[in-house]
Amino acid sequence: MVHLTDAEKGLVNGLWGKINVDEVGGETLGRLLVVYPWTQRFFDSFGNLSSAAAIMDNPKVKAHGKKVLNSFSDGLKHLDDLKGTFAQLSELHCDKLHVDPENFRLLGNVLVVVLGHHLRAEFTPQAQAAFQKVVAGVANALAHKYH
Amino acid sequence: MVLSPNDKANVKAVWDKAGGNIGAFGGEALDRMFLGFPTTKTYFSHFDLTPGSKDIQAQGKKVADALTLAVNHLDDLPGALSKLSDLHAHKLRVDPVNFKFLSHSLLVTLSSHLGNDFTPSFHASLDKFFSNVSTVLTSKYR
Repeated sequence: MVHLTDAEKGLVNGLWGKINVDEVGGETLGRLLVVYPWTQRFFDSFGNLSSAAAIMDNPKVKAHGKKVLNSFSDGLKHLDDLKGTFAQLSELHCDKLHVDPENFRLLGNVLVVVLGHHLRAEFTPQAQAAFQKVVAGVANALAHKYH
Repeated sequence: MVLSPNDKANVKAVWDKAGGNIGAFGGEALDRMFLGFPTTKTYFSHFDLTPGSKDIQAQGKKVADALTLAVNHLDDLPGALSKLSDLHAHKLRVDPVNFKFLSHSLLVTLSSHLGNDFTPSFHASLDKFFSNVSTVLTSKYR
């Protein structure tokens, strides 16, 4: 379970409302693939990932990033039961997609960096701390059903 | 994971853009780290850990100065950071996991201040640079 104070919940929801989730999703996934190129191993079917520019402009990366972050967005509505919310996705990532949960942590941290990039000074250390709890909670929830 | 000539150029470019703010960025990164990863505070029980405290600002400047030294010696990080490496191995003995927390906090700090200058390529080069520095600082642990 993620334990956020009321102030932290306020910070998280307030700041989330200011971003374009679809765009941030594409940018986050893109940066994951650029900064940690070994994560490209899951995306052989995505076409041109040969340079940072190619990755960031790749329409499949953008589409998938949008999907991923909209799912994350759903999680934000259920911070009291992330494990329940992500149970099926967790099984999928283990049984069908075979994704090492370390990748969820990497993606969560790239999201935090992107939020800092978009929100600038508004992404205070306190706001970041609240989001660190959320991304850790989501990563743990997605890893929960692994066996 | 070795720094390419491009990575080295990117890191230097970021450091140039940060200019005189690097010291303050060091302090902010520590604030972010202590709040985001509270277990890191265990190494600083002798500090005033209120965000923005003089202790944290001074330590942030120390960290920033050491990183600047590293940026100026990208071709020989083990040599340039040898004394700091000894310090961390024999005296400070900070668990290696914490270098990732500080590196991440430095990335967030830079991303929030550098705006468009913080491109995905710069982000990648910086991450590699911090990872290399961390490896050097933990290289003599055992």
